[in-house]
Amino acid sequence: MFRSVDEVAARLAETGYLASPAVATTVFLADRLGKPLLVEGPAGVGKTELAKAVAEVAGARLVRLQCYEGVDESRALYEWNHAKQLLRISAGRDESWDEARTDIFSEEFLLPRPLLTAIRGDDPKVLLIDETDKADVEVEGLLLEILSDFQVTVPELGTITATRRPFVVLTSNASRELSEALRRRCLFLHIGFPDEELERRIVRLKVPGLGEALAESVVRVVGALREMELRKVPSVAETIDWARTLLALGADTLDETVVRDTLGVLLKHQDDILRAAAKLDLDAV
Amino acid sequence: MTAAGVTERLTGLVGALRAHGLRIGTGETVDAAQAMEALGFADRELLREGLAATLLHGTGQRPVFDPVFDLYFPRGVGAPQGEPTNREDLRDRLAAALAANDRALMGQLAAEAVDGFGGYGNSPTSDGWSSHQTLEWLRPQTLLARVRTSVRAEGGGRSGFTDRLIDDEIRQRIEGFRRQVALEARRRVAERRGRDELARRAIAPTADRVDFLFAGRAQLAELRRAVQPLARKLATRLAARRRRASRGTIDLRRTLRGSLSTGGVPMRPVLRRRRPVRPELVLLCDVSGSVSGFSDFTMLLVQALHDQFSKVRVFAFVNRLDEVTPLLVHGTADPEGLGTRIRDEATLTGWHGSSDYGVALGEFAERYGDAVGPRTTVFVLGDARTNMSDPNLPAVRQIAQRARRVYWLNPEQRSQWGTGDSAAPDYAELVEMHECRNAQQLSALVGRLLPI
Repeated sequence: MFRSVDEVAARLAETGYLASPAVATTVFLADRLGKPLLVEGPAGVGKTELAKAVAEVAGARLVRLQCYEGVDESRALYEWNHAKQLLRISAGRDESWDEARTDIFSEEFLLPRPLLTAIRGDDPKVLLIDETDKADVEVEGLLLEILSDFQVTVPELGTITATRRPFVVLTSNASRELSEALRRRCLFLHIGFPDEELERRIVRLKVPGLGEALAESVVRVVGALREMELRKVPSVAETIDWARTLLALGADTLDETVVRDTLGVLLKHQDDILRAAAKLDLDAV
Repeated sequence: MTAAGVTERLTGLVGALRAHGLRIGTGETVDAAQAMEALGFADRELLREGLAATLLHGTGQRPVFDPVFDLYFPRGVGAPQGEPTNREDLRDRLAAALAANDRALMGQLAAEAVDGFGGYGNSPTSDGWSSHQTLEWLRPQTLLARVRTSVRAEGGGRSGFTDRLIDDEIRQRIEGFRRQVALEARRRVAERRGRDELARRAIAPTADRVDFLFAGRAQLAELRRAVQPLARKLATRLAARRRRASRGTIDLRRTLRGSLSTGGVPMRPVLRRRRPVRPELVLLCDVSGSVSGFSDFTMLLVQALHDQFSKVRVFAFVNRLDEVTPLLVHGTADPEGLGTRIRDEATLTGWHGSSDYGVALGEFAERYGDAVGPRTTVFVLGDARTNMSDPNLPAVRQIAQRARRVYWLNPEQRSQWGTGDSAAPDYAELVEMHECRNAQQLSALVGRLLPI
């Protein structure tokens, strides 16, 4: 898919995703080595966006499996279409049992779920398994076969192997430790907060109306907030929200009043707001 | 580098990482080699990211990986080119680099500084290089005011809102420079002493493997930040244990009773039902200087887990004992000040300031005996060093009889138990004592021992 790391960065940038060298390198390797990519990091740094950007660059279809507590085989992998099977049985009343049996367990009656969809067909696909840590441990076992061999075993049909390997991205917020078996099948990428220069470029790209000087101030204030001991430090998504807010308010420079009034966009806990206000020498909020 | 040389480098790197407790299999090493082939050696930072992606499995491993990588794939070899510099000239150039925030130039200056001022032993061939000595000579922290002036001047004298951030930003840059000096000194030493040994000895372990008793301020801060994620992990682990336990064992009496209707053949096994009671927890923490880091961390962790229990009560002691539960509840907003507040606001010391387990445990049994009941699990945290006074074993026996379970978590190495004034073996005969030296051991123990 890609020839060099620089090409990855350049093509991702065309879709509006500015990748740090670490992100570009790992995406390049995931493509080159044909391994799934496990992305961890705080909320709002663009883990899911990365998968979408890769899909756009590759001209691939994005197949998404959103994990939650209680997601199971029939939601993730495949399910038999019982209603259709019953209809088929009652339609062919006078045929023998053997005919009916081989017929109702054919592909026609299979309902593919995201994991199976991703490995069937010849068109390029990006499989996004979002918030893997929310799923139960049992689902991880289900993923192992797909992630290492890109195949799915359906007992009634046999093993379905991918003719064309999808580009797999798993995301996790580390609310639960993923199993070692899953981790060693993946390339590991931690997306942290971007450095100042990159974040400034991101803000300028996402909020084009914002002035150069103001964008720089915004990023510096956010950087200072991240150094404080807060319960929830602002992420890139919050930086962009804040920049949009400032633009909407028509502010052209930062001053105490503006920062004090809009701090709620960046920080989501009252204790955090109070502490940040004290550290930034704002008057009482 | 030759092909054999590269392979040897890579396996050396993997070996050093394994020595630091990272689990890296052969499969990952092969992946790393493929990554090296795909990326080439032109860009060192790409190589770093590539190896990190293939070899590491978690975020916490990165602080170990980076210095090890710097040793095995150094930026350069030997001393930097150019004239030896004098101190003032170097400080001038450093101030300029800090003002411009030029990382590459700062790295170069770090190399020059270590070469010029860091060597010790018989010159001209130094026996070693010391980052401490270099920084003492150079004193980069004293450049703050100068850098601030030049940054302000560059900004054209405009004073804006972000002016108040300058000091902290410059401090961070100086901190970055200090790290670069340490890195450079380590690289120079490695050339002399051999990489493998240095990689095993001179690189700090990950925060969760640092001994509580020897952890520095920065490491304790890092541990405090790890409390919330760790608590979430433990909560899911506890929930999983509860689920498993509720599947339960067979209730023989009810199974046999049910079997009467099928002629005495137990067709349908009946499982023992668990009564859904949330257990109670009592924590007794030694907060005297020697073990306070350990106690603070554990208190925060237990507080973060409080919704798993019907009641959590926390008592702190040095040589007197006082309840600190309310302090802890309010302490979640300000974890770093917790230890000081406990020592300020609770009555923990009597006539002297050293810890006395006998008196404190006796006071607990006497004053707060009703805090312990048949549903309570008691955790005692401390090194069991009684400063030669009476360990008061009857009080411990009394607590152990009333409680459901009593565990003692000792932050000292097991081989140290019983040496000097430690009464650990005496207490260990009465209650279950576990060695708990670092956050890793603590989370394993908490996950296993907490009642469900």
